[in-house]
Amino acid sequence: MAHTEIDIDKVARLARLDLSDEEKRTYSAQLGQVLEHMDKLNALDLDGVEPTAHSFPLSNVLDEDEEQPGFTVEEALRNAPKARDNQVVVPKVVE
Amino acid sequence: MPELYESTAAELSTLLASGQTSAKEIMAAYLSRIEQVDGNVRAFNSYDHDDALRQADASDTRRREERAMGPLDGIPVALKDVIAVKDQPLTASSKMLKDFVSPYDSHVTELLKRQGAVLFGRLNLDEFAMGSSTENSGFQRTCNPWDLERIPGGSSGGSAAAIAACEAPLTLGSDTGGSIRQPAALCGVVGMKPTYGLVSRYGLIAFASSLDQIGPFAQTVEDAAILLQGIVGHDRRDSTSIKMAVPDYRAALKTDKKWRLGVPKEYFGEGLDAEVRAAVEAAIKTYEGLGHEIVEVSLPTTDLAVPVYYILAPAEASSNLSRYDGIRYGHRSSNAADAIDVYYKSRAEGFGPEVKRRIILGSYVLSSGYYDAYYLKAQKARTIIRNDFNSAFEQCDALLTPTAPTAAFKAGEKTNDPLSMYLSDIFTINVNLAGLPGVSVPCGFTSTGLPIGLQIIGKAFEEAEMLAIAHAYEQQHDWGKQRPSL
Repeated sequence: MAHTEIDIDKVARLARLDLSDEEKRTYSAQLGQVLEHMDKLNALDLDGVEPTAHSFPLSNVLDEDEEQPGFTVEEALRNAPKARDNQVVVPKVVE
Repeated sequence: MPELYESTAAELSTLLASGQTSAKEIMAAYLSRIEQVDGNVRAFNSYDHDDALRQADASDTRRREERAMGPLDGIPVALKDVIAVKDQPLTASSKMLKDFVSPYDSHVTELLKRQGAVLFGRLNLDEFAMGSSTENSGFQRTCNPWDLERIPGGSSGGSAAAIAACEAPLTLGSDTGGSIRQPAALCGVVGMKPTYGLVSRYGLIAFASSLDQIGPFAQTVEDAAILLQGIVGHDRRDSTSIKMAVPDYRAALKTDKKWRLGVPKEYFGEGLDAEVRAAVEAAIKTYEGLGHEIVEVSLPTTDLAVPVYYILAPAEASSNLSRYDGIRYGHRSSNAADAIDVYYKSRAEGFGPEVKRRIILGSYVLSSGYYDAYYLKAQKARTIIRNDFNSAFEQCDALLTPTAPTAAFKAGEKTNDPLSMYLSDIFTINVNLAGLPGVSVPCGFTSTGLPIGLQIIGKAFEEAEMLAIAHAYEQQHDWGKQRPSL
């Protein structure tokens, strides 16, 4: 599988990441190289192989619906970049 | 007489129990050692001198009142800066979390506190645990105590270097693709990754959730067993945490059992440094000499490690790191034009180059049109890798391999070539993909005096046996007892 240049602007948008022009050039080139290495996978016969998401699959791990201790408002806001009146302050979202 | 800070945790524990020293004396010895050498090694991002002594003091009080809580009471333990301790900094060595103070304890720190361990320092790492050299830290470069111009390995470089430099008797790291075992090998210490699910990930900053495990670093296998014992156990807050009866790891070290040990031929091919190969082969001979049976096995999927890992891990990381949006915690850009721009700019300013690279890679392989070609294919290949190990373990009790293909490389040597950096994890990655336990123990030095590590890969949840195998080798040599001059 030959690699066309990856659409770095689209990927950066998906990742919500501002990239400088130089970063775009560097990452495109480096990722092209890394993706080429991944083409090794194309040689594998994967017909009928089930995908593995976890090495030891556990399903339906449920817990009693019991109250547990949580953060106080002060604790929850301790690391907020900006807070006022027990709330996180953010830039205006609606006009 | 050796200095207090050169002791193993087991020795310190004995000294404490017999009243020959106090937790405060021990902690003070490490603090002055850190003051003396950490300017060069730079293993620690931060530590709280007074709080450490206060914790040690509390341990001494307990002991006086005959309320001591086991072998870890009063023993200093330093943590990789991705493991949450309430009211201590938690930075992931990232500018994104530069001022973050953890509002809660991880499961492992809760357990260690209950056992009286002195949790005293934050250890450097590759930002968000992404890297193999600790050069990706957003704050500082940790140096290999054996040669300060070289890297300590990574991502848990601080945790490994701190043990090698005698700055702590025990440390914790995390291992997603080799981040405990590879730096342990490069720094000449013992480092162990437990089976996925044995140790709760609650309170560990997530990198790749299906691969991450917390594990111990120590001078000896016995010490690693002591610390492992202290951090295992089921936790309802981690849905992948396993419920099982926990064996006594330390007691299990003493055995005269004879094992069948598998040597996978694919781990001794191209790319393996000749001196590393010779040291590992000599270690295999040592086992043979002890009467254990050596069998050659095959793991044909060995070279799939890097392609599979560098699809799955960045994919999981790109998802896990989407939480750093500059809103509720972490760095928020003051240059944003509007609310959406806060995301773009905060992430651009807060994350370093390798983290961005992996977010881009992960977002790409998960994006529409590429998911089947990369992500799904890698998940299927992961199944084949697991099956490979299962077949190998039908023929043996554990596997013996090199931990890393080379000894520690020079700082800056691989920073501009991500692929060659990624290839330094070829022998450790598949263990994470298969969820298995692995431990690195020192097995020699290069001609230039750099440590070499032997990796022992165990069967799932057979840590007791794997550590016993490591311990049997360790008793035959003094590689692990040698210390760098600093």
